[in-house]
Amino acid sequence: MNPALANTLTIDGQVIPFTQGQTIMDAALAAGIYIPHLCHKPGLTPHGSCKLCTVDIEGRNVSACTYPASAGMQVANNTPALNEVRKTLIQMLFVEGNHLCPTCDKTGDCTLQALGYHLGMLDGHFPPFYPLREVDASHPDFILDRDRCIMCALCVRASQEVDGKNVFALSGRGANNHVIVNSPSGKLGDSDLTQDDLAAHICPVGAILPKNQGHEVPIGRRTFDLHTVAESDLAVALMKTEHHDD
Amino acid sequence: MNVKKPEAPSSNRPHLLACLHQLQHQFRHIPVNQIAPLAQTLELPIAQVQSVIDFYSFFTRTPRGHYHLLFSNCTSCGDLQLMRELCALLKVQQGITRTDGLVSIDETACIGMCDQGPALLVNDQVITHLSSERLHAIAHLIEAHTPVDDWPSDYFVIQSNIRRTGLLLQTPLAQGAGLTAALAQESEALIHTIKQSGLRGRGGAGFTTGLKWEFCRQAQGTAHYVVCNADEGEPGTFKDRILLSDHAHELFEGMTVAGYAIGAHQGYLYLRGEYRYLVPHLESILAERHEQHLLGQTILGQGDFHFEIEIIVGAGAYICGEESALLESLEQKRGVPRVRPPFPVTHGYLEQPTVVNNVETLVAAAHIAAQGAAWFKAQGTEKSAGSKLLSISGDCKTAGIYEYPFGVTLQHVLDDCGAIDAEAVQVGGPSGTLVSKADFARTLAFEDLATGGSIMIYGAHQDLLKVVRNFTHFFAHESCGFCTPCRVGTPLLRKYLDKIAAGHGTAYDREEMARLAKLVKKRSHCGLGQTAANPILDLLQHFPEVCEKRLMLKDYEPFFDLDAALETTRQLSHRNDAEAHLA
Repeated sequence: MNPALANTLTIDGQVIPFTQGQTIMDAALAAGIYIPHLCHKPGLTPHGSCKLCTVDIEGRNVSACTYPASAGMQVANNTPALNEVRKTLIQMLFVEGNHLCPTCDKTGDCTLQALGYHLGMLDGHFPPFYPLREVDASHPDFILDRDRCIMCALCVRASQEVDGKNVFALSGRGANNHVIVNSPSGKLGDSDLTQDDLAAHICPVGAILPKNQGHEVPIGRRTFDLHTVAESDLAVALMKTEHHDD
Repeated sequence: MNVKKPEAPSSNRPHLLACLHQLQHQFRHIPVNQIAPLAQTLELPIAQVQSVIDFYSFFTRTPRGHYHLLFSNCTSCGDLQLMRELCALLKVQQGITRTDGLVSIDETACIGMCDQGPALLVNDQVITHLSSERLHAIAHLIEAHTPVDDWPSDYFVIQSNIRRTGLLLQTPLAQGAGLTAALAQESEALIHTIKQSGLRGRGGAGFTTGLKWEFCRQAQGTAHYVVCNADEGEPGTFKDRILLSDHAHELFEGMTVAGYAIGAHQGYLYLRGEYRYLVPHLESILAERHEQHLLGQTILGQGDFHFEIEIIVGAGAYICGEESALLESLEQKRGVPRVRPPFPVTHGYLEQPTVVNNVETLVAAAHIAAQGAAWFKAQGTEKSAGSKLLSISGDCKTAGIYEYPFGVTLQHVLDDCGAIDAEAVQVGGPSGTLVSKADFARTLAFEDLATGGSIMIYGAHQDLLKVVRNFTHFFAHESCGFCTPCRVGTPLLRKYLDKIAAGHGTAYDREEMARLAKLVKKRSHCGLGQTAANPILDLLQHFPEVCEKRLMLKDYEPFFDLDAALETTRQLSHRNDAEAHLA
């Protein structure tokens, strides 16, 4: 192999460097290339479940956030076909839960919603599931509204890997998946979740929301009113590079 | 970071699945007040215990009846008409325990009795050959509170139905013969023999067994493990059941040989919960092998090789047949498939190098160790050495187990079992391939039609839409829910197919279903999602008329019936006049 290519891969024709042990996502974010994602946050163990970061390597489907980068790899990312797949996945996440953006305090700050705009989603398209899921308002500072949960497990990993706790877990099977709380009563109020936990603030949708501070930032000045999801996620990746493995 | 690395459940700390089964058995559900104490005993987070309870079908949060009956809903060993008949006889609603707590009835995925159905599970015991007459007798036994142990013993007879034998089923293997031959050589030489034989995984994926063993042996770890995948959950498959009941010595011999080859001292047999009735038999074989020094501390008198085998029983989750989900389940967690790489050969059970092999693969390995590579390679095709056990069921004269050399044509198999009016065959179970009559000349081999061994035959009178609907419901029920395409996609495919089957689907619905099917197939995380849409895609490709004739001749039809949705309002307003209805 050409030594110049020994530690580079190609994403949509752009040659970028990588270091041993990086995933395609790591390398892309470091090079300022946006690969849409929902369940991934730099610094947390990759999950690979939302599949928004689906890319093709010579026609083969892989998740960019979990797949190791290797020399000479040819990755297709920002293609009309893949973005159509991603739009469909976002629609699937919308119909699976109860996502009523105008009534949700997360509107404008919600990554699911922002990806809907980013990918040109105009409707939910599929028949809605209208799941019946429990709301937990037992905690003094946070509310857990499972209707909006997308099973990304960011709260699970943030609690375990950064907060040094074990507040959340995913339970159930298939369409009955739901987030649960690791306390004897199963209630958030009986857990050791506190204000300074990353797990309390990492939810990309409106499933875990702070109490007593509704609409503090007016609509029109929220994250995705001012930035695209690509700008926002690339900025986050550059800010947070340390790992929290121990 | 206070999350503990998973630890091996030891003899002084039982396995979570075993504890939960015990609680379910004792209380007929898992009482909430038992969860925290159990979590404490096992030193597991409460949420982990909760999530495991809610993942596996056989654990429930509300009490089941003293008699809990689960009817198979498989197209081969199920008959839900009979289930409804028993529900009527016992005045019980499906899925709801009778108010006196005596009985509950529900359906479950294929229980592996496809050659002797219809079949059901009653309190972990299997009853086959169900008939209306037998159900009447069962209803009487239940109403009379007769303990299941006192029911007529012929109800519980499970036949082996071996119809055609080949390399594995024909060749006798003296207890210890494979192991003696294996221990007489260096493990590298043994692995070489397995590689030379051309043996490939019998679960369906077909990875070269010798290579898998070699990778595992070479991998660094504090311990190596052998895991036998006996989670035989593919509908229509029951060949492992016969190997477990009639050839358990050979299986355990194969596991021990694998242990020697890769340098492992511990093996696990992960048995599907539906086969729990086999546990006493398997335990007795293990005890016998200990007495014969074929297991334990000084195997065959060799001080430096020791090996133990433990049986772990699943609890109703098809996904645990996926090897990495199985390992998660072994580690007392939900059966969610892992991200790969890394693969189990380097990071398997407890993150240690692990070989996961199918039952039939390990039986074959025991024989190869004794008979040599050439004996095995003499049969089969270039890329598919040896023989394959087929589980044949459906519309044929003699369902049962047939062993053929690889490369046999589907037509040959159909002729042998008396499938005279077969129109379609599901090869490899719902996750396999739906083959139409025009393709019956195709061969069973990794080069052409790969199969884990399920052959389900459908005659001319069968409604293939109903069959494919059954499979699609199955996958939606069994999806673990980890990834978006499968968790949301499989229930959506079910909705589309139900709509079309009910006569409310349009050509647009069919196109959308096909588009979604391709996405689920290509973008899902594991083999379950990647194959869940196969039945729909095969139906649309090979039997387009089956779907076509059900479609409405209009552009759009909503997913719900608006007039029916108004029924509650009509009742509340005491109206039922013409204007209270939509035209």
